[in-house]
Amino acid sequence: MGWEEWLISTIARALAYGTPLLWGTLGEVYAERSGVVNLGVEGMMAIGAFSAFAVAQSTGNPGLGILVAAVAGGGAALIHAFLTVTLRANQYVSGLALTMFGLGLSGLLGRGWEGVPLKHPLPAITVPYLADIPILGPMLFQNQSIITYLGLVLAVVLWVLLYRTRWGITLRSVGESPATADALGVNVYLVRYLAVILGGVLAGVAGGYLSVEYRPSWTEGMTGGMGWIVIALTIFVAWDPVQAIGGAVLFGALYHLSYRLQPWVAPELLKLMPYAAAIIVLAFVGLGGAQRRRGAPGALGVPYARGEK
Amino acid sequence: MMAAPGAGDLGGNQNSPPLVLLEGVTKSFPGVVANDRVTLDVRPGEVHALLGENGAGKTTLMNILYGLYRPDAGEIYVKGRKVVIRSPRDAIACGIGMVHQHFKLVYPHTVAENVALGLQGTPFFGPARVVERGLRELGERYNLPVDPKARVWQLSAGEQQRVEILKALYRGADVLILDEPTSVLTPQETGELFKVLARMKEEGHAVVFITHKLDEVMEAADRVTVMRRGKVIDTLPVAETDKASLARMMVGRDVVFRISKAECTPGKEALVLRDLRAVNDRGLPALRGISLTVCRGEIVGIAGVAGNGQRELVEVICGLRRAQGGEVVVLGRPLTNRSPRTVADAGVAHIPEERLRMGIVPGMTVEENLILKKHHRPPFSSGPLLRLAEVRRFAEQAIEEYEIITPSPKTPAKLLSGGNIQKLILARELSGEPGLVVAAHPTYGLDVGATELIRQLLLRQRDAGAGVLLVSEDLEEIVSLADRIAVMFRGEIMGIVEASAAELGEIGLMMAGTRSGMGDPR
Ligand SMILES: Nc1ncnc2c1ncn2[C@@H]1O[C@H](COP(=O)(O)OP(=O)(O)OP(=O)(O)O)[C@@H](O)[C@H]1O
Ligand SMILES: [Mg+2]
Repeated sequence: MGWEEWLISTIARALAYGTPLLWGTLGEVYAERSGVVNLGVEGMMAIGAFSAFAVAQSTGNPGLGILVAAVAGGGAALIHAFLTVTLRANQYVSGLALTMFGLGLSGLLGRGWEGVPLKHPLPAITVPYLADIPILGPMLFQNQSIITYLGLVLAVVLWVLLYRTRWGITLRSVGESPATADALGVNVYLVRYLAVILGGVLAGVAGGYLSVEYRPSWTEGMTGGMGWIVIALTIFVAWDPVQAIGGAVLFGALYHLSYRLQPWVAPELLKLMPYAAAIIVLAFVGLGGAQRRRGAPGALGVPYARGEK
Repeated sequence: MMAAPGAGDLGGNQNSPPLVLLEGVTKSFPGVVANDRVTLDVRPGEVHALLGENGAGKTTLMNILYGLYRPDAGEIYVKGRKVVIRSPRDAIACGIGMVHQHFKLVYPHTVAENVALGLQGTPFFGPARVVERGLRELGERYNLPVDPKARVWQLSAGEQQRVEILKALYRGADVLILDEPTSVLTPQETGELFKVLARMKEEGHAVVFITHKLDEVMEAADRVTVMRRGKVIDTLPVAETDKASLARMMVGRDVVFRISKAECTPGKEALVLRDLRAVNDRGLPALRGISLTVCRGEIVGIAGVAGNGQRELVEVICGLRRAQGGEVVVLGRPLTNRSPRTVADAGVAHIPEERLRMGIVPGMTVEENLILKKHHRPPFSSGPLLRLAEVRRFAEQAIEEYEIITPSPKTPAKLLSGGNIQKLILARELSGEPGLVVAAHPTYGLDVGATELIRQLLLRQRDAGAGVLLVSEDLEEIVSLADRIAVMFRGEIMGIVEASAAELGEIGLMMAGTRSGMGDPR
């Protein structure tokens, strides 16, 4: 295989593997922009993956499966929102609990579904005309999932919403300084609820993509730690939806490479690669003192109550 | 569509009905009645000063009017109509705007984005651009220039305050509440603010103006309401009163404005700084070669506009920031870049600028805060255990001696009023007979009574033989307390003058960057 083909196929696969990372990261970016950390991404993805598979298998409609995954992810996030926004519980503890809960619940319910291939997975799409462009065509527009394309469009839409609209100003302000937003009549709780739920919806879709498209089947723990990579990516991309594309593709490529290199390197080491990379990347972000400058939301992780002294 | 920014003419005069009437407003917090049947009327076209000791309930009352707190009892009328204000949104709809004691701004955002936040009637896409235009208009009309595209963290305190005022005016506020607006301003900026207030009066707005500075009440206000312990003592026209009687109403006793102090008899060197250099949080040079000496038994004042290196200077001396060059010698011991505990143990008392963040542990009790630096030594501990009876005895004595008003020694320190938190810090810092006292803005935001007490405590330290380094933006305070005055500008000392010979004009020039002929650090 020539290096050109190798590059093309690597990027094409990186895009495919990066898709769940992208959806998850976009969701976490929005939740954290409102000031709420949700460490439950892994759990919400697992719930999404299982519910998508179950619905797609029993109805034969993978699209419906993804939709249900979105709703299930959003529902799981609602629990987190209630605990952290209304009851002002510790966000980290609640998020960790949500991950355990999601992994456990999907494992329990998924017992009977284990190891059966999905009858009707989502069909891959080749974009007419664009697919014929040399190099870029096969890299980006051949045999990709509709969810990959939607994810790319969504990233841009979310960026515009965040930086160019009234909602965006509201969301960012709530994450930076909820007391300021409150004093101007913004419903801080509502904004946080919506952002956290959106985060869950997107994480649910990310999970659904795994079970009805990427590896059309259900196995317990099939999210394989992707939810944690999402948490790291959110910091790495500086809470920016468009940068999330680059981050997701980069880590997608690492996942893909860990398969490619299997003939030569011990699989245990390869499996470590994305996580090792996450640690290295975060260390660099931190070392540069860059985190502060690159604008972590000012009130990230802090519950809000009006008039608290 | 968007309403034109700013309010129309309300045609204010003395006989028109009040714009806002608060009647019998009562609000209790656990252990205190913050407002006790308060009645207050605010008329169009007036500046109404609200005066009162720390903890008198001024901010609470205004937070109720702005919908941040719900009153336990009482009624609110706006333009003669009874209203129920449940949230800031309701208050804004009633034409009420508020600039808080601690600004409520989103610092990483632009000015326009801050104004656009939560604003009704802006387009969905690109609201900031529309607001930018409106801001320029408003800025001209009220003489409040700011760059709408600037990021708020880049602005000076005065400019940030302008953004807060513009935010309220943009929402069509008829009544503007300013909670201690001048405490963050330089004298020049205060003058400008008063011009803006006059301009707003002409347009028929009403302004409620909370302050501790009686001179400002006399200068800028039309009427004044004095509160004490949650109750209104009186409301009267400013023309019919004077500073002394206002102060008496506030604290219930006579207040001494002019501090008499004994001749200064400087002793051995308490603090010597040689060519000190350091950078600020952004990595930019903040101290560019500071050399200064403070002797025992004298007070050296550091004057200057905030942000010219004063904060960094204090932090370097107290071991909280690394010096990049130069030397700090305290009471004869070299202490450059040593740990804060080493510095404290060497006999340095630090009264920090940010009371809540650096002066106390807000969630811990008053008595725990009082022994913080000494808790690990006898008599407060024996071995690994605290001796609680000793702690309690010490706390009760300190509470009495420093007149700290607290429900009990077991109350969390954060619930005290600003003045009482400051007294707590002084009680802790001064109890060990320090050789050097570093005080940053010690009377910031304090009422006249507490200010007087704290100034006297500092003088007492001086007379007992401690060297005092006093950093303050309040020129009047520096001139009345200090024996020598050093003026800082952009990380350098522009000159040092004897307080007895100090001329405000000369100091003002140095604060703006003119170097004096006598830059010799003695
Ligand atoms: N959220 C709160 N919880 C408990 N007590 C409070 C709260 N807010 C205020 N208090 C108490 O109510 C009283 C009035 O406080 P308030 O802040 O209104 O005083 P103030 O007149 O504004 O004083 P200052 O001049 O120091 O700003 C104080 O005793 C204060 O400790
Ligand atoms: Mg107050």
